[in-house]
Amino acid sequence: MAFDVPALRKEFPTLQREIDGHRLVYLDSGASSQTPRVVLDAMDRYYSWSRSNVHRGVYQLAEEATDLYEGARAKLATFLDADPRGVVFTKNATEGCNLVAYSWVRRQLGPGDALLTTVMEHHANHVPFTTAANELGFEVRHVPLTDDGQLDLDAARELVADGKVRFLAAVHVSNVLGTINDVAELAGVVREANPDAKVHIDGAQAVPHLPVSFRELDVDFYAITGHKMLGPTGIGALIARPELLESMEPFLTGGDMIRDVTLEGATWNDIPHKFEAGTPMIAEAAGLGAAVDLLTDLGMDAVREHEVDMAAGLLDAVGGIDGVTIHGPSDPALRGAAVSFAVDGVHPHDVGAMLGSKGVCVRVGHHCTKPLMRCLGLTATARASAYVYNDRDDLEPLVDGIEAAKTFFAR
Amino acid sequence: MSLEDMYQEIILDHYRKPLNRAPSLEDEAVAVHHSNPLCGDEMDLRLRVVDDAVDAVVFDGEGCSISQAAASAMTDAVIGRDLKDALDLTEDFRRMMHGDEPARADDLKDGVAFQGVAKFPVRVKCALLGWMALKDAIETYERGASAHTVTHEE
Ligand SMILES: Cc1ncc(COP(=O)(O)O)c(C=O)c1O
Repeated sequence: MAFDVPALRKEFPTLQREIDGHRLVYLDSGASSQTPRVVLDAMDRYYSWSRSNVHRGVYQLAEEATDLYEGARAKLATFLDADPRGVVFTKNATEGCNLVAYSWVRRQLGPGDALLTTVMEHHANHVPFTTAANELGFEVRHVPLTDDGQLDLDAARELVADGKVRFLAAVHVSNVLGTINDVAELAGVVREANPDAKVHIDGAQAVPHLPVSFRELDVDFYAITGHKMLGPTGIGALIARPELLESMEPFLTGGDMIRDVTLEGATWNDIPHKFEAGTPMIAEAAGLGAAVDLLTDLGMDAVREHEVDMAAGLLDAVGGIDGVTIHGPSDPALRGAAVSFAVDGVHPHDVGAMLGSKGVCVRVGHHCTKPLMRCLGLTATARASAYVYNDRDDLEPLVDGIEAAKTFFAR
Repeated sequence: MSLEDMYQEIILDHYRKPLNRAPSLEDEAVAVHHSNPLCGDEMDLRLRVVDDAVDAVVFDGEGCSISQAAASAMTDAVIGRDLKDALDLTEDFRRMMHGDEPARADDLKDGVAFQGVAKFPVRVKCALLGWMALKDAIETYERGASAHTVTHEE
């Protein structure tokens, strides 16, 4: 492995904590990652040195703030191999999905059209589109799963065969199953049946963990969120083809996103500013820029290699416990390091509480994927998700905690 | 307070050997379904009423140890009580879950063991699930209806 995990862990203040005398073992980065010192420092520097608004100021502080904000956009564009004019800052991935739903899908799809999505979407990439479908009368079709928790591409081919599918909304990496979807291939399936179809990918769980090239994926929209990739909360981005953004109407309107305003109306600013109404999240952009720098330094290939190792470790250690079932692909090469599991006879909530009392943080519940839970016949799972600061030393407390829960709650 | 303090032996006993856990009830007057989408708990509760009193109550469903054990202890505490009295006891339990001393500790029976849960805010709704289902069943009965579904949002 190309980076030193114990040394890296020292850069994260929260990870130095103890809980009731136990070392904190943070295995919930799928929900939100920890924040390294460099990100905190970048935000602090903005607030304590360059604090001012962006874009309109003609004094030094405002120029610095603008450079921080636009610099973060440039860093993110390079990181994702995208055109900076196609990088729109949003509050989070959810807002990116809504931008697409409001400014494209709701203005383009209607009765007779169909939207293709999958049964494994996070509510963020599900509710904006189903709500639109229910209001506007277009159809929603769902790609089902194979037994190993992957998308069934043969079924997808059948679902698009009538040529009515004009839009695809799909998740890149599942936050529950860990499955890495071949979204480029799925996009190909959709475009083969309808070359004009547009493709939107929810990359919230992909960009923190894998090398992602927007250009190579060759999709139209791609939503990400900062707080899962070592960045602060309150910032995300929608990556889009610039020419598509140019053809679209804005999502939110107001200050900053206009070119001219008269008593009667307004014309729009250039992209991406046309989609960024009001004062943006400047400190958070500075923080996200620092997070991108850190990930770039670690190298996303190395991050992925580390996570394949962690996924393998989690699958072996947790899957090896008697009475534990793992959901999602069994091959670490096909999945991320978010591993959902069920413990026979013990409710996920109780598993999570037992682990929590021993300083091990995992998520329990439906993970904002209720349709997927129904599809799997579950109401909830426990999920351990690893990131750059976890290593195999974190597996022992996890396994011990699961064993303790089994003993404590045995009926 | 540690996890072991919350999960007292009484609670674990109810969890391991729940009272009045059954998927059906003869001559039921009301069936309600309560779910807690946040943690994925689902509960069916059935009530039989004779002479305006709780003649029988059974529950079924899926949930964590706290929700299952609290529902079990609840059934034991309310069977035989007038509907109005059962509602009053429900309110006492609800207040206890929000930190008050129970006014009817004896009547709550094993329900008092859940007092410690009040210190774990995220688990309070688990302990309340069965009691809220009972309250809803009684109110549904009093409205003259026989079924009701409730989703608890936070
Ligand atoms: C797959 C996936 N999509 C979207 C989101 C939503 O991210 P956010 O809450 O930051 O908008 C999440 C986060 O939980 C996720 O896991």
